[in-house]
Amino acid sequence: MSTLSQETRKSYMGVLARAHPQRLRALMPNLPPHEWLRRPEIGTTMVQGRIGATGAPFNLGEMTVTRCALKLADGTVGHAYVQGRDQDHALRAAVVDALMQTPSLEEIEVRVLAPLRAEEAEKKAARAEKAAATKVEFFTMVRGED
Amino acid sequence: MYVATKGGERAIDAAHRWLGDERRGDRTIAELDVAQIREQLGLAVNRVMAEGSLFDPDLAALAIKQSRGDLIEAVFLIRAYRTTLPRFGSSLPVETKRMHMIRRISATFKDAPGGQILGPTFDYTHRLLDFKLMADGEAPEALRSEAPSAFAPHILQLLDDDGLMEQLDVNDDTPPDLTREPLEMPAARPLRLQALARGDEGFVLSMAYSTQRGYGRTHAFVGELRIGTCAVEMEIPELGFSVEIGEIELTECETVNQFTGSKSEPPQFTRGYGLVMGQSERKAISMSLVDRALRWEELGEENVGAPAQDAEFVLYHCDNIQATGFLEHIKLPHYVDFQSELELIRKLRREALQAQVKEAAE
Repeated sequence: MSTLSQETRKSYMGVLARAHPQRLRALMPNLPPHEWLRRPEIGTTMVQGRIGATGAPFNLGEMTVTRCALKLADGTVGHAYVQGRDQDHALRAAVVDALMQTPSLEEIEVRVLAPLRAEEAEKKAARAEKAAATKVEFFTMVRGED
Repeated sequence: MYVATKGGERAIDAAHRWLGDERRGDRTIAELDVAQIREQLGLAVNRVMAEGSLFDPDLAALAIKQSRGDLIEAVFLIRAYRTTLPRFGSSLPVETKRMHMIRRISATFKDAPGGQILGPTFDYTHRLLDFKLMADGEAPEALRSEAPSAFAPHILQLLDDDGLMEQLDVNDDTPPDLTREPLEMPAARPLRLQALARGDEGFVLSMAYSTQRGYGRTHAFVGELRIGTCAVEMEIPELGFSVEIGEIELTECETVNQFTGSKSEPPQFTRGYGLVMGQSERKAISMSLVDRALRWEELGEENVGAPAQDAEFVLYHCDNIQATGFLEHIKLPHYVDFQSELELIRKLRREALQAQVKEAAE
């Protein structure tokens, strides 16, 4: 593994997990040669909540997740855990994870991750702005004489 | 004696083929696709995910299409599908204080930090049918204004900081899982919350309503109701650290309830908690009221015999898939069972008749 920090890896794996499968496919039409270490597998993760938001954990329900692991020709290993049931999504996320540990990292960051980050931020901002427009601005009615 | 009967196959095949035909409906009308259901019947999708206990909007939309809109049938399909999937693990507990909110209201504090955000709500609509929706025409885009950059704190934190809220038991114990272990009494609070989170919305609503009408009254205020998306993070053994594996929409409700104190606790406010997958505030509020009612024993309150205080009653009857499975099985062939009932009734009638004849003769 290169000098990639755990924080960096955590950050882009989250972006890849939340990415829209079709969008990732469009940004990465071609894949480098690779070998499966674990073929894409669809499963679930049990999502936990906390009682009263900050108390003891409890099981809320599951979500679908697809995972896989692969090895590039140079031996670099890539892992993916992505939301949903799209095997191609997991494959591409694992390839990105592997390439980010090679000298291609800058190219991948610019060509794949930066657009995904920007689009996600834009989508979140749009929801937040629509929510902000529904914020109640209370005003007090003056009653009686002063 | 067990008598196997045959002969239903052809009828069953024809029935299922007709079901498909009826599902399609009038072929001169465009067929619904799954994406349309996911995007335009989002609250039905949310309900199927919550009660199916599996967050996957595409699957829930497919289940709604397949079930012809019968949501309990759709929940059944999701539960059945879920059992075919391997479980990769458990997430870290979601942090609802880091929720990207689309709605957040408090009935207790008008000027809570972060404000009251109505979101895409049915509240304050006049509940008049909108005939414009029957005609063509695009809905106008939502308005926008500048959004705050920080996450809004939980409103009950304010009362917590003043020491007026009951202290939460904070731990990281592995919670019980009723998808792995059958439900057994007494059920601890984490298990009760899991059962309620996937429980039938109508049932949980009625139980909550019963507490408001006086059957185990708990005087609940909605301290905070928030809806939005939260990241889900899981430890990945191959990596040796946790990563975000996606994000889900959640509805969270925290109630503030009067509590006059007990032997060990001073008067303070207590909490009821509701957390439901998807946008589902009726369910989340109901869940928090029922959660609070079920806590009578730990808080040293009186058991007035109200249904909502009876954990066994609530938890064993809130699951609509168990309920419908048991209820609907009685319509399936019971010919042999019924044959023996018939024999029994005939025998009892014979005996009763003979006794009458004998009495008359004496």
